[in-house]
Amino acid sequence: MNLLEKLDAAAAARKAQLPEGLGAFGIPIEESYSATEARIGERRVLMLGTNNYLGLSFSPECREAAHKAIDQEGTGTTGSRMANGNYYGHRALERELAEFYHCHECIVFTTGYQANLGTISGLVGAGDVVLIDGDAHASIYDGCILSGADIIRFRHNDVADLEKRLRRLGDRSQNALIIIEGIYSMLGDQAPLAKIVELKNAYQSTLLLDEAHSLGVLGKTGQGLVEKTGMINEVDFITGTFSKSLCGIGGFCVSNHPQLDQLRYISHPYIFTASPSPATIASTRAALKLLHDGYLLREQLWKNAHQLFSCLKKTGYCLGPEPGPIVAVLLDSPKQALTLWNGLMEHDIYVNLVLPPAAPEGKSLVRCSINAAHTAEQIDRVCETFSRLYPAVV
Amino acid sequence: MSEITQVQITELLCQRLACFTDVDTEISPETNLITHLAIDSVKLLNLIMEIEDQFDISVPLNALVDVLTVQDLANLIYKIKSSS
Repeated sequence: MNLLEKLDAAAAARKAQLPEGLGAFGIPIEESYSATEARIGERRVLMLGTNNYLGLSFSPECREAAHKAIDQEGTGTTGSRMANGNYYGHRALERELAEFYHCHECIVFTTGYQANLGTISGLVGAGDVVLIDGDAHASIYDGCILSGADIIRFRHNDVADLEKRLRRLGDRSQNALIIIEGIYSMLGDQAPLAKIVELKNAYQSTLLLDEAHSLGVLGKTGQGLVEKTGMINEVDFITGTFSKSLCGIGGFCVSNHPQLDQLRYISHPYIFTASPSPATIASTRAALKLLHDGYLLREQLWKNAHQLFSCLKKTGYCLGPEPGPIVAVLLDSPKQALTLWNGLMEHDIYVNLVLPPAAPEGKSLVRCSINAAHTAEQIDRVCETFSRLYPAVV
Repeated sequence: MSEITQVQITELLCQRLACFTDVDTEISPETNLITHLAIDSVKLLNLIMEIEDQFDISVPLNALVDVLTVQDLANLIYKIKSSS
């Protein structure tokens, strides 16, 4: 089989899983009206499949900051942070993120994906070990592969399984990097951080926590799981993204280890790419202030999340382990998931569809994500639609 | 378990793999995990976790890059078990 035939085989497998014309993946969004509504084709659709957790994508402060940055600094930096792309805004955002996490060091990356790729591949290398949660995001897997370290996977959120693997490492555990996430993107559950910190200390390992989905969502000021659990001083490295609660694009790593700064000189995903555009940095800085002060937004977000979770549970759907901004409906077959996804679209509700092998445990997922801008009436409408579709799906 | 031979590991793998594939075929040391058994990456990782528990070892994912057949996997497990 030659290179192009391999792609043909992959396309055939995708077509067999998804009927022609369904278009659940890469669906064209024609217009965005607000943080909760968009136009898909001719339909005005309620968006229940974004990562816009605080609903800040249309905030006047962020838009104004982005406009101003474009007018003053242009549309792009056209260069790496190591060369001509190291603007005042990049350095200011790094200072503000470091201050937000009460850390000494921060590096801003061009995307969240690159933040994990660049941090992991900069921290570990051949001869070292990474221990990653089985449900870790692709950016974590890819960062580990790029690093050349030995990659050991432990069962999702299973502290006993992690300990078993640390024990097997013997003295190598001191050169091991444990990588977990604040909130996992597929099922929406949180890592047992306090117990993992205990293990990390007992085995003298290093801990990296990805707060991509938990930034802005957990903790009084929105730091994430570190704040909710009071573990900020116990985690060695925190990575995160600007593309979810902060409604931009980009990523970061913060730490109290001064060695983090050395990644600027060795991390290819940091060096060999153009730096984020001035508009992106400006809107992210404005969003970070809103996130920090957004206690009421978080309160509304969690109220909405509980409303949807309890309603779907009551209807009889099988859901992820705990309520949160990601509410995953677990289905036994792709056919059931497609029926539900189609039914929701026919009622002008957009959610994410996740099919095997991307979904955990061979399940298929209809993945809803809630935001603070959703109204109680919108959630009610979603609940009623799920309830109406239940007999045809399960 | 420390005295286990490569042959015993291969036999055990053949038995376990039968539960992880929907393909009705006789599994031998030469059987290719992907092309013959159509085992996807997630199923393979779950199988590896079972094997790790059975032998009290950890198999690095990066070491699986060179594993194509049942025999390759048995050789890898034997190597890790022998050095642990």
